[in-house]
Amino acid sequence: MEENSDARGAVGEYKAGWHDPENSTIRFDFGLSEEVVREISRLKNEPQWMTEIRVKAFKHFIQRPMPTWGNMSMLEEIDFDNICYFLRSSDSTKNDWDDVPDDIRNTFERLGIPEAEQKWLSGVSAQYESETVYHSIREDLERQGVIFLDMDSGLSEYPEIVKKWFCSVVPYSDNKFSALNTAVWSGGSFIYVPEGVHVEMPVQAYFRINAKNMGQFERTLIIADKGSSIHYVEGCTAPTYSTDSLHSAVVELIALPGSHIRYSTIQNWSSNVYNLVTKRGIAHEKAKIEWVDGNIGSKLTMKYPAVILKGEGSHAEVISVAYSGEGQHQDAGAKIHHLASNTTSKILSKSISKNGGRGSYRGMVTVSPKANNCKLNVVCDALILDEGSRSDTYPTMEVANPTARCEHEASVSKVSDEQLFYLMSRGHTEEESLAMIVNGFFEPFTRELPMEYAVELNQLMALEMEGSIG
Amino acid sequence: MNTQLVPLILRDNLRLPLLEIKDLHAGIDGNEILKGINLKIGPGEIHAIMGRNGSGKTTAANVIMGHPDFEVAEGDVILEGESLLEMESWERARKGVFLSFQYPQAVPGLQVGNFLRKSVASIRGEEEAKGAAFREKLTMAMESLDIPRTFMSRYVNDGFSGGEKKRFEILQMMLLSPRLAVLDETDSGLDIDGIRTVSEGVNAAIRGTDSGALIITHYSRILEHVQPDMVHVLLDGKIVSSGGPELATKLEERGYEWLKQE
Repeated sequence: MEENSDARGAVGEYKAGWHDPENSTIRFDFGLSEEVVREISRLKNEPQWMTEIRVKAFKHFIQRPMPTWGNMSMLEEIDFDNICYFLRSSDSTKNDWDDVPDDIRNTFERLGIPEAEQKWLSGVSAQYESETVYHSIREDLERQGVIFLDMDSGLSEYPEIVKKWFCSVVPYSDNKFSALNTAVWSGGSFIYVPEGVHVEMPVQAYFRINAKNMGQFERTLIIADKGSSIHYVEGCTAPTYSTDSLHSAVVELIALPGSHIRYSTIQNWSSNVYNLVTKRGIAHEKAKIEWVDGNIGSKLTMKYPAVILKGEGSHAEVISVAYSGEGQHQDAGAKIHHLASNTTSKILSKSISKNGGRGSYRGMVTVSPKANNCKLNVVCDALILDEGSRSDTYPTMEVANPTARCEHEASVSKVSDEQLFYLMSRGHTEEESLAMIVNGFFEPFTRELPMEYAVELNQLMALEMEGSIG
Repeated sequence: MNTQLVPLILRDNLRLPLLEIKDLHAGIDGNEILKGINLKIGPGEIHAIMGRNGSGKTTAANVIMGHPDFEVAEGDVILEGESLLEMESWERARKGVFLSFQYPQAVPGLQVGNFLRKSVASIRGEEEAKGAAFREKLTMAMESLDIPRTFMSRYVNDGFSGGEKKRFEILQMMLLSPRLAVLDETDSGLDIDGIRTVSEGVNAAIRGTDSGALIITHYSRILEHVQPDMVHVLLDGKIVSSGGPELATKLEERGYEWLKQE
């Protein structure tokens, strides 16, 4: 195969560094070493400084112990030596669907990506395994100076911007998985919205893991300049294999004064994917950052979207839902740090557990001593659908300024037989009734999503409720 | 429905009672509450069951609708010749049984408009839940019950006042056009105006049709507005007396003790 011999040339002396599987042109062997990290960087023709950061991050990753909280027994099952850290499925990023290789294009067409792009998106990016395979942005936005690229192209075309902000919000030493991501990152989105530009329709990225034992480590950096706004939406899927895959992304948001970033996620990884993601944003004066975060799939998710309220009058919102079914643990939550005065924040977390699934809310809100007149509101609701399922709440509030106004509410509820009977008496089967209750519970989240995503989420939950009645 | 077939079906059904309860023994957690009830409601008829708290009124309503916690030990509940007892409550609903709940359940996040449309689609079919015809029927029913438009975007029974809950039950009844409507203490917690409005809804849905209703109540007030064809008095799980609407008036005057003494 022509492509593969090219790839062999590209990989050079790296010993058996690639395989010859169905649809990848470059595949690294399982396991991680400094050589692998350097090789990824070399393959991408990266500047020296990026290679250095990768290597430092790799060294930190090796030394850094696993977290000693969360689901430690599940974390211990991750076999870092049995993961493929880089897999190239397509030579380069295309901006015409027809140029995307057939099998990959079919996958995304089944997911409805090209159709969605035409209907309601400003731009779209599709990542398959390690790299972005398709990318486009509307011409009018491009003319206004909006940059929307895959992260690799972002680095090669705008190295100064990337160098300025990369790791500025999430340092590689933040945690073991941010170190891993920084060492081996590939793909993800790079967005810059110029001063005063409002991107009216959402831009979307779609992440797909297709190979077994694959690690996907995308890196996303979004910078909203003064007074600008953008809504970024990401969706994630993977097929089910008997062995686990690892998704470990890092997302950094920079909301400059007066800007507004909304970042929405519908995570529907298959139930063998570890989803260990670090998402954090910095909000400058009067800026606003919102994380709208839905976790439906994966085996173990550990994700706590964070906002640092650095500028006066800035605002943060984290609205999240988590669904944990059989064998799943969604350990999700939010972190907000009020560093400046007159900052406000709102956390709404909703979790559903079913068939022995486990949902945890883990949240931290801090107010620094210098931050006056902050307002914070935390609401976490859990809905447990059956006896064997579990829900835990770990809320932390550290308020070091007495002028702060804090509100915290938490509730755990069960679906009552009376509720089900009421809905069933209106002609709805038990499964349909359960889906109505569940979708109702998620409604405060769903209404924040673009219509297409809301419909998809409702259908997804109705599917999850099927066959659930014994 | 094919219009030519309608008269045939109606004529056929006239020979059968709409609802027949035969020697019904039922209870909960092993306690027998209904101890042998017999009742027949014909098409177009409205019957009332009166009784004090604990006499078994709500048990009767729950057994007809198929609440899973209630066990039937003996007897049968037959709708138009077909036993309901083996059916799930949603199947009964699709056969045309409707229960107006004494305590309607809240479903936070489920919008009233969306829920009504889905219920009509489940029970009456997709066609009836679509388009202008549905909207027109909905608007008319809401106006007759004094329900404002803003109601549609609220969540089902979530934060509703007692009166709003009862009106919402009757709204559902009007849209679902049941064969048999069972109203469990629909008048409780309603003021005089509320009772009148709700009664008008019941009359509109049942009078002049071949459907029927069973009104379960504590007091005779609602029966002044909905003239029942028959009144049955339930005492300790048994129907101890049946008669015309005058029985309700007698009960109001003399109380239940009078029956016990007889």
